[in-house]
Amino acid sequence: MSLLTVENLRVSFPTEQGRVEVVKGISFELGRERLGIVGESGSGKSMTGRALLRLIREPGLVTADQMNFDGIDLLTLPEKGMRSLRGARLSMVMQDPKFSLNPVMRIGDQISEVLRFHGRLNRRARRQRVLQALQSVRIQDPERVYLQYPHEVSGGMGQRIMIAMMVVLEPDLMIADEPTSALDVSVQSQVLDIMDDLVRNKGMGLILISHDLNLVARYCDRILVMFNGRIVESCIASELHQASHPYTRGLLASVPTMDERRERLPVLDRALLEGLETHD
Amino acid sequence: MIELRNLSIFYGETQVVKEVSLSIARGASFALVGESGSGKSTILKALAGQVTDWTGQIRLGDHSLEHGRDPALVRLCQMVFQDPFGSLHPRKSVDATLSEPLAIHRIGRQNERVLEAMDAVGLARKFRFRLPHQLSGGQRQRVAIARALMLNPPILLLDEPTSALDVSVQAEVLNLLKSLREDHGLTYFLVTHDLPVVSFLCDELGVLRNGELTEVTSVERLKQGNLQSEYGNELLSKSH
Repeated sequence: MSLLTVENLRVSFPTEQGRVEVVKGISFELGRERLGIVGESGSGKSMTGRALLRLIREPGLVTADQMNFDGIDLLTLPEKGMRSLRGARLSMVMQDPKFSLNPVMRIGDQISEVLRFHGRLNRRARRQRVLQALQSVRIQDPERVYLQYPHEVSGGMGQRIMIAMMVVLEPDLMIADEPTSALDVSVQSQVLDIMDDLVRNKGMGLILISHDLNLVARYCDRILVMFNGRIVESCIASELHQASHPYTRGLLASVPTMDERRERLPVLDRALLEGLETHD
Repeated sequence: MIELRNLSIFYGETQVVKEVSLSIARGASFALVGESGSGKSTILKALAGQVTDWTGQIRLGDHSLEHGRDPALVRLCQMVFQDPFGSLHPRKSVDATLSEPLAIHRIGRQNERVLEAMDAVGLARKFRFRLPHQLSGGQRQRVAIARALMLNPPILLLDEPTSALDVSVQAEVLNLLKSLREDHGLTYFLVTHDLPVVSFLCDELGVLRNGELTEVTSVERLKQGNLQSEYGNELLSKSH
């Protein structure tokens, strides 16, 4: 049985020119696997992630024919039920640890807050779980980090702390929105490897949202490519390089390689792509 | 064109760049790579005159850089920043942004020069009186490049000029930078951690670690995946 079923999901926002749809009716299913969503800024990939957690506020509007998570209807679930789901069973890792951690709260207390909200553990047991979570993201001296504030740790460590916070309750599905784009290349793979380990070992589902095609191809089983609010291509990660849609092909070609011999990089023909869309 | 001799840079008590010596030929495109905290941006800031607590010598062309405010500097080198959202004044139109350096330096023919600059960076003339929030990320970065070129400096300092952009837009901006360099004979000093960008845009690179230059080598060696230093290869293996 699939963990998540989404059918005809639409997200729109009002503007002076009327409502604009940023996600235009997408459907997909997810099991306990790793799904990548790629696309450029404005393609609707982040809005899709947020819509799943019902994090889109008024005046944004989310509609769908179906949005089902493990038998729970996310469309009709009251906000109270949604709150107990978020973090515990469905969680999200944000892009930038600098803006997503509370700057005036000790790291250990921040992670433990999740446990206090969702669980019935006593103080000592909570502390143990937090230390374990920190260890599971390969933080060497969890006792010291427990007492530190976010500004005292590096970006890579900050992102690992965010991941620890998300996995401490062992959710069924983790949504990671550009989890490494604020990090140095040299720590990116380290953070992704840690995430990958946790997902595999605990059998979680993962939705990895990113603009980096190669990265997604490396860490996911399946890939959805989004353009202008629609899914234009869906493929097995290992077959990304045989992708057929002109947008996917264009994106792949425009990335410089380590052994770059081309005089000019090919650029997307946006007029052509938008033309394709209206003919669909 | 750019020469650094025993350059050391300090932030208070801390020495962040240690005795770096470098020589970059006229018309070359040089990349400085390293992890965050390695001091690569600090060297760029010293070249741009933003950091003044340094020892050693910095020569740009025939000019020896002074500590503190150096009026000759702005005509010699200009900088393009990483974030096209933060580096343009939000309430100044493209026209105002591009005319300002001309007005300050009392350069005539402002109208023509602004239009020429917009043509050079491939920005349609209809955008001339737009404000930054009415432009896309790629268009904003074009404005930032045009601004840097207004005073015709021989050197451009590029601080991660494409890392905030989408890959398809990155390709457009990289192509633009490449042809501008060919057309105007510019010298580039690029700071980045994106090695494939170096492979496309540069012909020489330096690897910086903890403020020390571990190697200077040709980009050809990078393309072959065979840098000289152990650390350089480690960096290479970490990027995908």
